Amino acid sequence: MPDIPGQGLIKGLGVTLRTMLKPAVTTQYPKEKEAPAIRSRGVIALHEGNCTVCMLCARSCPDWCIYIEGHKEKAPPRRAGGRPRQVNALDRFDIDYALCMYCGICVDVCPFDALFWSPEYEYSEWKIADLLHDKDRLGEWMDTVPEPPPLEVGAQAAKK
Amino acid sequence: MVILADLPYWAATAIKTGVILGVVPVSALVLGYVFLMKTMAHMQSRLGPMEPGGFHGWYQLIGDGIKFIQKEDIIPTQADRAIFAMAPAVVLVSTFLLFVVIPAGPDLVVEDLDAGIFYALAVSSLSVLGILMAGWASANKYSLIGALRAAGQLIAYELPLVLAVVGVVMEAGTMSLQGIVRFQQHGGVFGWHGIGDPFILTQLPGFLIFLVAAQAELTQAPFDMPLAESELVAGYTTEYTGFRFLFFYMAETATAFALAAIAATLFLGGWAVPWVHGTVANVLGPVVLGAKVMTVAFLIYWIRFTYPRLREDQLQAVAWKFLIPLSLLNILVTAVFKVAY
Repeated sequence: MPDIPGQGLIKGLGVTLRTMLKPAVTTQYPKEKEAPAIRSRGVIALHEGNCTVCMLCARSCPDWCIYIEGHKEKAPPRRAGGRPRQVNALDRFDIDYALCMYCGICVDVCPFDALFWSPEYEYSEWKIADLLHDKDRLGEWMDTVPEPPPLEVGAQAAKK
Repeated sequence: MVILADLPYWAATAIKTGVILGVVPVSALVLGYVFLMKTMAHMQSRLGPMEPGGFHGWYQLIGDGIKFIQKEDIIPTQADRAIFAMAPAVVLVSTFLLFVVIPAGPDLVVEDLDAGIFYALAVSSLSVLGILMAGWASANKYSLIGALRAAGQLIAYELPLVLAVVGVVMEAGTMSLQGIVRFQQHGGVFGWHGIGDPFILTQLPGFLIFLVAAQAELTQAPFDMPLAESELVAGYTTEYTGFRFLFFYMAETATAFALAAIAATLFLGGWAVPWVHGTVANVLGPVVLGAKVMTVAFLIYWIRFTYPRLREDQLQAVAWKFLIPLSLLNILVTAVFKVAY
């Protein structure tokens, strides 16, 4: 098509007019909801049983929004007659979502699969202090964590 | 208004003033809501306000207005207080005066002046004075630059605006807006009397020039250099707060309505519908005029929401090198046809 002076101006008007006649992309959030992507990073869930109080997550958190307290316990020996084992017990695991910037480093860095991303996002609060989720609250999110993706063909299955 | 002819002068004047005082804010609210909020939003694939008032956020602008009135009225220490306080009123008065001559029906006009369109163009340029006052009195460099830009722009575009109207006035043979409407209702396009002669048919270049010039007169994008927020903070409105700021915005939007109404009256036949006269025209007139005004206003805002801002020298070049020669040519051609027919 040959260049007509000002054809770009007409094209521009066409763009705005067409956009106007198409339905808007806005979702009226509280009234209608969009399902977030299955692996979107909504909230961090804690699988308490896997946590060894290694503190890697708390130390790698750029915002210092993870609070962990634990103590050492003697666990019964593995074999009869053995020494009692020393294990770390988790007393407190809090994530302050008022500070969290959803970088996900804690989830990546966790060596024992204790932290997971969940796509849930509706946990806003009237008071900022209520955004501090304790380990029970974080544990509740575990139900919403999607199944891990299937392993590739030929991959070695995880040891139990 | 012929209807008011029997009333004493003071009563008629009071009613006329009341009508103008009512029409200006309502027109600003309607344009602001329909175009500035909703049309703009949809052109950007948004919805615009949806919550206030329940139905599609119709209450948003009224709420904004109430908010503005509640705000503190700040006047900078270095500002020229009297002038600073007066400037928004001057701008708004020019808008009020503009509405006086716009006819909405055979008898529905506040004052049908013989020099109607001349008067309208004269008072519309009064706003430059208010803008200069605002810019100067603010004691702020951005305000001053914005005001001077506005002055340069409005003077440059006043010319094509007037020259575009000259063609219409020549064809109609009158400057009264009612006379121009009547001529369009009864006239014919080169002897064809089917639907009268809406001047958009015979004065199309004039209509387009008028639209572009009106866009610049309203300091709407792509001619919004006086307010250019990326360069001048907010131009001459930088130092204004509260209801004075509201005045500027109400004046801008209501003037957009008034200029759209003048464009509709001059080029689209105003309140007139072919073959409709008398009382029916008085009832139908405001509706027809309203529809035409909304059409023209849509064009104005459509352009505003589409184009980016021009550069200051491009702005002047469009006026002096393009629009003014074109409108002079339009006058010449109109004169030739006027003599030939």
